[in-house]
Amino acid sequence: MFNLLKIAARNLRRYKRRSLLTVSLIAFGVVFVLVFVAVTASIKDFMIAQITDSYLGALQIHRRGYVASIESLPLNLNLAPDAVSQIEKTLAGNKDVASYSERIKFGALFSNFTETTNIRINGVYPEKECAALPQMLSRISEGEQCVRGLDKGKILVPKLLAQGFGTKVGDTVVVVATNKDGSVNGKTFLVSGILESATGPGGRDGYINFDDAREILRISGKEVSEIVVRVKSLPHVEGVAQSIRAGLGLGEKKQKGGGIEVHTWSQLSPFANIANMIDLMTYFIKLMLIAIVLISILNVMIMAVYERVREIGTIAAIGTLPRKILSLFLVEGFCLGVTGAVVGVVFGLGIILALYVSKITFNFGQATGLILAPTIAPMEVVTASLLVIIVSVLASLQPAYKASRMEPIDALRHV
Amino acid sequence: MSLIAARSLSKTYLTDSVEVKALRDLSFEIEAGAFLAFVGPSGSGKTTLLNLIGCLDKPTSGGLAVAGADVLKLDRRQAAEFRGANIGFIFQSFNLLAVLTAFENVEYPLVMVQELRPAERRDRVLKALQAVGMLEQKNQLPEQLSGGQKQRVAIARALVTRPKLVLADEPTANLDHDTAYRILRLMKQMRDSFGITFIFSTHDTRIIGEAETIYSLEDGRLLQREEKGKANVQSTENRSAKLTAL
Repeated sequence: MFNLLKIAARNLRRYKRRSLLTVSLIAFGVVFVLVFVAVTASIKDFMIAQITDSYLGALQIHRRGYVASIESLPLNLNLAPDAVSQIEKTLAGNKDVASYSERIKFGALFSNFTETTNIRINGVYPEKECAALPQMLSRISEGEQCVRGLDKGKILVPKLLAQGFGTKVGDTVVVVATNKDGSVNGKTFLVSGILESATGPGGRDGYINFDDAREILRISGKEVSEIVVRVKSLPHVEGVAQSIRAGLGLGEKKQKGGGIEVHTWSQLSPFANIANMIDLMTYFIKLMLIAIVLISILNVMIMAVYERVREIGTIAAIGTLPRKILSLFLVEGFCLGVTGAVVGVVFGLGIILALYVSKITFNFGQATGLILAPTIAPMEVVTASLLVIIVSVLASLQPAYKASRMEPIDALRHV
Repeated sequence: MSLIAARSLSKTYLTDSVEVKALRDLSFEIEAGAFLAFVGPSGSGKTTLLNLIGCLDKPTSGGLAVAGADVLKLDRRQAAEFRGANIGFIFQSFNLLAVLTAFENVEYPLVMVQELRPAERRDRVLKALQAVGMLEQKNQLPEQLSGGQKQRVAIARALVTRPKLVLADEPTANLDHDTAYRILRLMKQMRDSFGITFIFSTHDTRIIGEAETIYSLEDGRLLQREEKGKANVQSTENRSAKLTAL
C-alpha cells in the first residue's frame, strides 16, 4: 500500500498545476460546506433554543384534542387532577427530564378601567416556569426580572398590549374570564413587568400566578391545560417524548393514559419547518460538494489515464495485474480527495474560528444584537471529509477501470 | 525441450474491413539460452511475433508454447501472471516510469508483480543495477539519464524478476550506433552471465551481426534461419544458479 501511495503521490506531483487546481477546488467545496453548516446550524440552534427556552419548552403534554382546538383555549379539555398526578409521577421518574411546569391557559378580557381587549392568560408556578424556561425572565423588558414578578396578585403584560393601552409597570389592571361552567369572574392585578414576545410582534400572552388563575376560573383541584417539559438534551427530545409516552402507557392496547398527548416542540412550532428547510439546504450544499468533487476528480483522472496510456501498457506488459492497475488510479483519486479534504478542513475550521472570535451580531425577532457563534460538531467534519474521500474514489473508478481493462498491446502502440 | 515452440503460427488483423496477414504459417523452435534476432523490414511481422511470444497477443491460428505454457489457453489474468514470472520486456522507447528513479523503476516489478519483501527487493535491484553499470545513477529520474542509460535501466528492470526469457522490440532504434552496439553487448553479456534467453527484433543492419541466431522475416513469412554459433551459452541447470546472483 505504501508503494501505491508513493507512486500515486509522484504521479500527482508530475502534473502539479492540475493537481493543485483539483485540490483547491475540493478544498473550496469543503470550506464552503463546513462554514455553511457551522453558521446555519448555529443560527438554527440559537432560534430553537430561543423558542424552547423562553416559551414553548422542549415538549408539552396535553389532554387529547387540546392542541387541535388550542385557538379557543378550551377549559373543558384541561388535564384532570388524576391525569396530572400520573404525568408528574412519570416525569419525576424520567432521568432525561430536567424540569417541568404546569400551566392553566385561558382566554380573558384585559382592562385598564378605560379600555378593554382580549388576552391569553397563562397561570404558572413562577419557580417551575422559570426552571423549565430559563430565558423566560430575560423576556421581561421592564419591571422585576425575577420570579417575584409572578407572585400572587401580579401580572406580566405582553409588550404589544402594554404599548396599545399605555400600560406601565405598577399600574392596576383587571382580568375577567368565564369558567367552564359559564360563570364570569374577575380579579385585579398589579402590573409587575412588560413581556417581550418570544416569537414576534403578535404575541398576546400574559402571565399570572397559578393560584390566581385557579381563583379566577374557580378551579378547586389541580387541573391544568398543559405541562411544559424541559429535557436535559434537546437533540434527543424525540427519544424522551417516546419514553414519556411509554411511561404513560400510550400506544399500548390497554392505555393507562389514553386521553393524553405528548408533543415535541417541532410538532407545535411552525419554526420546525424553517429548521427543516435549513437542514434541506445543508443537504443541497453537500450535494453541490459531491458534484464538485465528482466532476473535478473524474476530469483529472480521465486526463491522467489518457496521458499515460503507454505507461499503462508498459506496466501491464511486465505483468502488473489489472486489479493492481485499478488500485494505482484509485489511490491517486484517494490521495486527491484526502489532500483536498485535509486542506478544506484546516481552512474551514480556521474560518469558523475566525467568525467565532470576531463576534458578528445579528437580529432575530424582537431580539437584537445577538452574537453569531458558529461551531461545528466533529461528526460534521468527519462526515464532510469522508464524503469527499469516498466520492473521490468513486469518481476515479471509471477511469481506473478503463485503465485496468486496456490491452497492453494496444496501449503500447498508443502515440 | 525447446523454450519456445511455434507450429503453423498465423496472425491476421482486421483493419477497416481489410484483412492484414501479419504472420503466415510460422513454425520454429528456440532453445533456452539463445541470443536471437528477428530481422526484416518494417511490416515484416517482427513486432507481431514478439507480441505473441510475450503473451501480449494471441495467434489467429496455429500453436505456440512458451516455457512449457500453451499461450492460447492463458486468459488475461493468467497471461499477466505468466509474463510477470517468466518474461522480461525491453522497449524501443525504454518505457521507464517517469515519476520513479532508476532504482524504483527496476524495483517496480518486484513490488507490483512479484511482491517481494523490501530487503530482498533492495538486494536484487542493486545487483541488477550493478550488472548493467547503473549503480551510480540509481537515484536519478529517467529525464536525467541519456538514451543509453535509460536502456540499461530497462535491461535491469527486465532482468530483475529473473525471467526465463527477455524480449526486446527494436531495443536500439532510438540510440546512436556506439550506444546501440554497447547495449547489444550488454544484453549478450547478461545472457552469458545469467543464461537468460534474449530475443530481439531489429532492422538495423549494423547490429544484426551481434545475434547468434537470426530469423529473417518478410511479409509475415519466415525466410531463413541463420546460425552464427553460440558463445558460452548456459545450460538450464546453470541458469538458475546464475540468476540467484542477480
